[in-house]
Amino acid sequence: MPTPTVFMPPRHYLNDGYGIKSWLLTRDHKRIALLYLASVTFFFFLGGAMAVLIRVELATPAGDFVTDETYNKLFTMHGVMMVFFFLIPAIPSVLGNFLVPIMIGAKDLAFPKLNLASWYIYIIGASFTTYSLVTGGLDTGWTFYTPFSTVSSSSNVISAALGVFITGFSSILTGLNFIVTTHRMRAPGMTWFRMPLFMWSMYATSLIMVLGTPVVAITIVLVAAERLFHFGFFDPRVGGDPVLFQHLFWFYSHPAVYIMVLPAMGVISELVAAFCRKQVFGYSFVAFASLAIAVLGFLVWGHHMFVAGISVYAALIFSILSFLVAVPSAVKVFNWTATMYKGSVSWQTPMLYAIGFIGLFTIGGLTGLFLAAVGLDIHVTDTYFIVAHFHYIMVGGTIMGYLGGLHYWWPKISGRLYNEYLAKLSAAIIFVGFNLTFFPQFVVGYLGMPRRYHAYPPEFQVLNVLSSAGASILGVGYLLPMFYLMWSLRYGKIAGSNPWGAVGLEWTTTSPPPTANFAETPIVTWEAYDYKPTVEHHVA
Amino acid sequence: MWTGTPLFPEQASTMAGRVDNLYFFLLAISIFFSLLIAGLIVFYAIKYRRRDPNSVGEVFHGGMLLEITWTVIPFVIAMIIFVWGASVYFAMSRPPDETLNIYVVGKQWMWKFQHLDGQREINELHVPVGRPVKLIMTSEDVIHDVFVPAFRVKADVIPGRYTNLWFQPTKPGRYHLFCAEHCGTRHSGMTGEVIVMEPSEFQAWLSGGGPEGSLASAGAKLFQDLACNTCHRPDAQGRGPVLEGLFGKTVQLQSGETNTVDEAYVRESILNPAAKVAGGFQPIMPTFQGLVTEEQLLELIEYVKSLKALPQVQPR
Repeated sequence: MPTPTVFMPPRHYLNDGYGIKSWLLTRDHKRIALLYLASVTFFFFLGGAMAVLIRVELATPAGDFVTDETYNKLFTMHGVMMVFFFLIPAIPSVLGNFLVPIMIGAKDLAFPKLNLASWYIYIIGASFTTYSLVTGGLDTGWTFYTPFSTVSSSSNVISAALGVFITGFSSILTGLNFIVTTHRMRAPGMTWFRMPLFMWSMYATSLIMVLGTPVVAITIVLVAAERLFHFGFFDPRVGGDPVLFQHLFWFYSHPAVYIMVLPAMGVISELVAAFCRKQVFGYSFVAFASLAIAVLGFLVWGHHMFVAGISVYAALIFSILSFLVAVPSAVKVFNWTATMYKGSVSWQTPMLYAIGFIGLFTIGGLTGLFLAAVGLDIHVTDTYFIVAHFHYIMVGGTIMGYLGGLHYWWPKISGRLYNEYLAKLSAAIIFVGFNLTFFPQFVVGYLGMPRRYHAYPPEFQVLNVLSSAGASILGVGYLLPMFYLMWSLRYGKIAGSNPWGAVGLEWTTTSPPPTANFAETPIVTWEAYDYKPTVEHHVA
Repeated sequence: MWTGTPLFPEQASTMAGRVDNLYFFLLAISIFFSLLIAGLIVFYAIKYRRRDPNSVGEVFHGGMLLEITWTVIPFVIAMIIFVWGASVYFAMSRPPDETLNIYVVGKQWMWKFQHLDGQREINELHVPVGRPVKLIMTSEDVIHDVFVPAFRVKADVIPGRYTNLWFQPTKPGRYHLFCAEHCGTRHSGMTGEVIVMEPSEFQAWLSGGGPEGSLASAGAKLFQDLACNTCHRPDAQGRGPVLEGLFGKTVQLQSGETNTVDEAYVRESILNPAAKVAGGFQPIMPTFQGLVTEEQLLELIEYVKSLKALPQVQPR
């Protein structure tokens, strides 16, 4: 492998124009990615601050730190902020925006102005929700269940719902942009099966964004309309059905889980390939597993409703479909593991995140089987077991993938290297803190502690204290990268175009890349992850 | 520190053991696969760690057999768990024929229980050990959820509907009862206890109160007070259908469809009589929406249930 030339290019997208206008009116996908990076980081720490307050309250069984009303608002806003303003946009809008054009050798996304518009729409939506937070909050849970949200809650349902509704358009436009870009903007020679697996994940994710988001948008409009005009879609007193809301809500919100985790899976495929320096094992299986997850993900929403009075046969259909979606996820895990076999495995920070992801996602996925089994789901649904399960997927999965990706592409984004020692330390702190926070929740959930409880019976305290202790460790782990990544912007070593010795079009251009991404449009004549192996095997 | 900190919930119903067996099976599967994956990753990460900064991995082409193997094995395991989970669920959703029925009304933020004999309780539910108990539940306001961890059962309590939950306690004692569906400000205060008693103690407890008389007799009184009896007469001469022996039967509707007379149908016929008019009758019944409470509806339903078919009456 040739030693990469280490220099800072004189002209790149970061110094191509200065001043606030050059950022707020930019059409460069890389700058828009950074606008998103700043925004989603803000909402991550805002949602995180609420999690801190929640864990402080739960350190003691009595509801003695905040009032029950405040507590309900805390977990609601934690969920709303994290799901709609961090987890859903994080990887697509930050890493996806930065990488999708570069990975396929394009100068920008298909619709650069639409891309900037998506960011503004996101900001407007987020402002509505932030407004509802500062003017009294929302207490319905992020799920907005009716009839509580429509007839009972006295909090700011309409403005928060409007925020979520508006932000949905940002998702739809980003998805549309990625789909068109993938179809139309690939460089000469960049065939579908030469694309990095991250692209396949982004493509599958975009399909869900475009097809699913309108449903949740309509549902949320119905909730707002019902509150304002008392239509009675969901009100049994006038012949409506409160459970109808749950069908509509989960029809989007279950696929939304895949909007969060598919991009992370795409990142992990890139990391495993780059830090084992070899082709991902079973490339086409991993690619098609993404599409299978996207399609099957639309057919499993009823598994959120096994206790909500759906018929026995409906429950069984949703159960078996939920088990089917586990299969492509398992296929991915096996392929990543197989990729490490006889690889050249580096222990640099992004690989630590990838390993952490595979471990935590495996636990998150396996505990999903507990929930797909209807007879067992009845006991554990709406308890801390669920809370633990989805945090293993969303935090253990999505955030590990996001941070792993951020560390891997940081030298490309910033042109500089971060402090490797601090980065490894924080990866380790996050892994330990995460498990200490969420593993006890499986136990306390099976014991029967319901979620969304402000006060709880004293016998659950020890497990809750462990969880709160873990959360404080996790908090430190999340704050550290903020500091050393910022620090590296000024003081980090110059990265050079390819600090990892990785392949992929993004590593062929300078770090940071020029505004047009490449000096000239690349012509692709090689397969993805072409590490020029010295030894090749054929297996059955 | 660990005194008084259980790590596993008590088993106090016939269902608990069945649910736990499935749980242990899944736990075993999960531990096996977690250790397998974690073990392989750590082993490969150490064994194949990069020693030479310029080294690359060895590449494997093909692998169809492996891919099929690790697609089929998870699929087969998933189907085993599906069938097992479904069989437990079948048992949960089918109460035995003979059950002790208790009505439940949830409201922000309390549980109201009504025994057929007339006993009423709030946030406490007394039941006998060894006998299947069926809860017939509804809500006055938002969605609530009855959850008794020691019994491994849970079901949403939905306004405008009746949902069922059944269990057979196996051990006398006091068990947590939680509301498991977020229902507003005092959601975490909407808790109570299920008190499982020896049958003799339970009988003594039952006879210890209940000044209002049985639920059905309260319903009978209400039936007269609301003048239902002027149209619904036992002699088939009234303007409304004869209710004697009607519960559980299938009736022909005016629309030509058929409908089983269950709790939901009786409730709907009282609150929204025009929705499903029985064949051969005019839609003349007024609505009682707002005139009867959820508890009174349950009394009326129990009264209708108690009306046995009279032999000399020819049903229309």
